[in-house]
Amino acid sequence: MKEESKVKKITVKLVVWALVLFWCVVSFLPFFFMVMATFKEQFELLMGGVFKLPEKLYLDNYIEVFTGNIWNYLKNSVIVLVISLTVLLFISACASYPLSRFKFKLNKPIYSLIVACMSVPIHVTLLPIFLMAVRTNFYDSIWALIGPYIAFNLPISIFILVTFMQGIPKELEEAAEIDGCGKYRMFWSIMFPLVKPGLATLAIYNSVNMWNEFSFALTLTQSAENRTLPLAIWEYQGQYAMNVPMIMTVLVVSVLPMIIAFIFGQDKLIKGMMAGAVKG
Amino acid sequence: MQTGNSLVKKREKEIRKVSAVFLIPALLFIAVFIIYPIFNSFQTSLYEWNGITAGKKFIALDNWKELIGDKTFRKAFGNNLIVMVLSIVIQMPIGMALATFLDRLGRKGTVFKVLWFVPMLMSSVAIGYLFKYALDANTGLVSTISRMFGGKNIDLLGNPNTALITITVVICWQFIPFYMVYYMAAYSGLPGDVYEAAIIDGATRSQYFWKVALPMMKPSIKSAIILSMVGSLKYFDLIYVMTGGGPGDASELMATYMYSNAFESYRMGYASAIASGMFILITVISLITMRLINGKEEV
Repeated sequence: MKEESKVKKITVKLVVWALVLFWCVVSFLPFFFMVMATFKEQFELLMGGVFKLPEKLYLDNYIEVFTGNIWNYLKNSVIVLVISLTVLLFISACASYPLSRFKFKLNKPIYSLIVACMSVPIHVTLLPIFLMAVRTNFYDSIWALIGPYIAFNLPISIFILVTFMQGIPKELEEAAEIDGCGKYRMFWSIMFPLVKPGLATLAIYNSVNMWNEFSFALTLTQSAENRTLPLAIWEYQGQYAMNVPMIMTVLVVSVLPMIIAFIFGQDKLIKGMMAGAVKG
Repeated sequence: MQTGNSLVKKREKEIRKVSAVFLIPALLFIAVFIIYPIFNSFQTSLYEWNGITAGKKFIALDNWKELIGDKTFRKAFGNNLIVMVLSIVIQMPIGMALATFLDRLGRKGTVFKVLWFVPMLMSSVAIGYLFKYALDANTGLVSTISRMFGGKNIDLLGNPNTALITITVVICWQFIPFYMVYYMAAYSGLPGDVYEAAIIDGATRSQYFWKVALPMMKPSIKSAIILSMVGSLKYFDLIYVMTGGGPGDASELMATYMYSNAFESYRMGYASAIASGMFILITVISLITMRLINGKEEV
């Protein structure tokens, strides 16, 4: 009896670990394929097949990408990210403050409206925003992206921050109020510093979203010099259609900043996503 | 008393004023980029218009009539439903299994957590191109493996029968880490002593999972299903990159169909009708599902 349950236990363990390893292969193999390909020459990939390791450390693909237009895409991505993120964090902190602290008639309705906006599919708004960008002459410039990027990340950010602020004790503010501190100063000197950890988590979470955003970037910009990094691939695809290693190199370069950010902020990112997930 | 009352009033007025100042910027962005576009989309759907020149012709509900009879739109909606069902069936159990494993390992599982998270970091464009080449009929991974076992080259994306399913699998690959993290959050939301209490009461680990943890995580599972549904109904990125809806209309989705109408056929009015139709369908489907799921719980 005991032997049997022991055998069963070991079998279960083996199966679990086999599945775990299998999943590691599944989630990592495509990535491995991508990185390996970047160190190969076009011909080498065609002849040797996908699984053959590169013969030597071949860096020409990277040299070619880094001496090309990629810096411009990178610059655009960084500008869009920094501006959108700063404005987004500031505005959502501002909006979360009264929603989490003050009692007024419209508090609930406004909050519900904002939460409801979380489930509006962006593709429904894509064409009107495109037309709006054309009308206002923002079309085909990185400035067209900033508005939608802020707006579509606002609801979730406000949601997370309101929850975060509700968890902060009110005593400090009450003491400050007795001392005659105004509401604006209270926000700046008391609330804002206290909510910084929440903002840091949000910053990382939103950065990944904005950095990888595709639909708006595709629709609202057109020329190569005004596009963000995820779209760089279009230019290279036209140029190197059949050169798989080149395409893979561009992909690696466009993913690299996020990988680096992930290595440093791994905990924060997953925490941010978990905070976003609890919205229920 | 009089002064007290007016003081309260003054305070209320101040709070209203301060709240307005703090809320207006956020509400402005939401109004301009989310609320107005929804109405504008319905409005544009009443016109025949190429989106570029001034010739905007009011045709009332003609676009909507066309939409209802449009075979491609129906096909696209059907494809969306296929993606939706497959996504839920594939993503939910795997995401839950991975989260359960990581929850048990705790700190020791960090390596796996990081490895499994990687797909989440890549943009849809990068994933799309990566798999487009990985699935290439001549040089891709699948064909290479097939040849290793003496088979022929396999063209999964070029075959109308397999294109949609193949992309759905890639979509799942992309989003499983998201649901993994989601369920990890659900696990961390369980009270800490539940596991110990269950084990002390003599439950095995699998009993704990099926009889304690899973029922307690029901609300999270429900909202994950709704998230995944809405996500699948509006899906766009990977299809656009990998097949563009093809071959033929084999992998066409509502969003890609809308996009090609707007920017390839230049039928802005009709594309707006598709977008508005999408909005109605998604809202109705998610409301019904929420009713269904939440109704069950009350019994």
